[in-house]
Amino acid sequence: MNIFVCIKQVPDTETKIKLNADATGIDSAGIKWIMSPFDEFAVEEGLRLKEKNAGSTVTVLSAGPARVVDTLRTALAMGADNGIHIELPENADNNMSAKALAGALKKEPQVDIVFMGKEAIDDGAAQVSQLTSEYMGIPCVTVALAVEYSATSVKCKREIEGGAFEMIEASLPALIAAQKGLNEPRYASLPNIMKAKKKEVKMLKAADVGVSDADQKIRYKGLQLPPPKPAGKKISGDPAAQAKELVRLLHEEAKVI
Amino acid sequence: MAKVFIIAEHRDGRLKKSTFELLGASSAAGNETHALLLGEGVAGLAAELGQYGAQKVHVAENAALKFYTAEAYTNVIAEILKGAGPDIVLASHTPTGRDFMPRLAARLNVGLASDCTQLTFEGTQIKARRPVYSGKATAEVEFLGAGPQLATVRANALGIPKPDASKTAEVLTVNAQVGSLKTKVTEVVKGSSGRPDVTEASIVVSGGRSLKNSENFKMIEDMADVLGAAVGASRAAVDAGYRPHRDQVGQTGKVVSPTLYIACGISGAIQHLAGMRTSKTIVAINQDGEAPIFQVADYGIVGDIFAIVPLLTEEFKKVKEH
Repeated sequence: MNIFVCIKQVPDTETKIKLNADATGIDSAGIKWIMSPFDEFAVEEGLRLKEKNAGSTVTVLSAGPARVVDTLRTALAMGADNGIHIELPENADNNMSAKALAGALKKEPQVDIVFMGKEAIDDGAAQVSQLTSEYMGIPCVTVALAVEYSATSVKCKREIEGGAFEMIEASLPALIAAQKGLNEPRYASLPNIMKAKKKEVKMLKAADVGVSDADQKIRYKGLQLPPPKPAGKKISGDPAAQAKELVRLLHEEAKVI
Repeated sequence: MAKVFIIAEHRDGRLKKSTFELLGASSAAGNETHALLLGEGVAGLAAELGQYGAQKVHVAENAALKFYTAEAYTNVIAEILKGAGPDIVLASHTPTGRDFMPRLAARLNVGLASDCTQLTFEGTQIKARRPVYSGKATAEVEFLGAGPQLATVRANALGIPKPDASKTAEVLTVNAQVGSLKTKVTEVVKGSSGRPDVTEASIVVSGGRSLKNSENFKMIEDMADVLGAAVGASRAAVDAGYRPHRDQVGQTGKVVSPTLYIACGISGAIQHLAGMRTSKTIVAINQDGEAPIFQVADYGIVGDIFAIVPLLTEEFKKVKEH
């Protein structure tokens, strides 16, 4: 099988955000970059599928500035076979990223299945999976908790609201967007980290995958940090008095119950 | 004034409150407000959409729409919008809205502002802000190129309007062609709890690792049930196996903005705060008075959750009974 996994490099979850000078994005100085956590489940799922199907390859793709190659190397160290880096500007939007990923995938002779995380934790828009699959003309299953594979289709358990889920079937090729719980991602071993340095990462420019400036559909401006909250009320007394007073405040002052 | 199309969302024969929020905001701004209602046997819901502000309801019924799929929704909605000349298309940022709206955006080759927490109308355009880095910052979204402008809006962000029983909508029946589909939903399995979803609930009661085990979450559930609330959990509690991942609030879980968020035994790691800091009123109960959760809390109790939570549940019961 020809298995593809799209991944995104994001700031570590513990990062404190500082804005750039014109408030169109963040100041990237000193940021520790990681693979978006949901993408780890996507890489793991691709690797497990390869292990069950002899002769398969796993190719990882990432669109973004030069630094994203480090994250491709992380996926190669987990066990992916080769990588594709599509060079896009720092603030490329979801649409441009999806166009680039779909463009790169369409250049491949055969695509059987594509995985990615259900969303990236920086932008959190959860757009790229459906956008990419629409541009490829293939079905998409988002928020996948479990996948059963057959030769021509997949059967997925997909999380919906309130603890409910649905069973959804999609014909292959399909794109699957992973939710936490799909599997338990492996750690890269030291020998594999060394091996990953020698694996091939192909470079593509935006123009190589048919992407132009017109594919940027939205842009961020006026970024703001959340205003500091005024100090809240601390409620003292014994537990019974505290409980009574809190409920009174919620009822009479905040009026939320 | 804009021509606004709102995709109505329903489950188990009932419309979602988040749909009413969109209708209310659009009609209050004086827009020509259309609702799109897709499904099987759903036409009866059109009247209620009118009471919340829809002037016209486009009803598309088809057996293939019995279960929602992004593919079928995209095909039908794109067909309805073609020639209708919408300026703005809105849906809620729910598991359904966030699934099909990107596909629709790609089909229409336009931009989509996802998960907006502020949205106003200016002429034929929207002005929207959305959280980025899971709420560590917010950004204004600027649309580039031709419209329509698409947006999904976070539940509880706009407020639920009062229905007006005197208002009626014109109902337009659409001959829905779902096209050939490559996905098929074979079964929907309901959650066993009967509680609302953590992203849609107006009250969320969350527990952290201080709960010590999954059995102790019973007291969180008890409080949630008195309040009609959803149950949430910190990443630490989920990673320790006390709760399923679907309950996780934070940057690698769900991002929520309820009117009331009650954090019990949650210290407030930066990635948890990112997921709940836009809640209207935040209550923190924690043993450690220095815990970061108190920096975002409107009301704080320093103390033992095992002593306070059950007492609080009893107090809530008294208020609810009045």
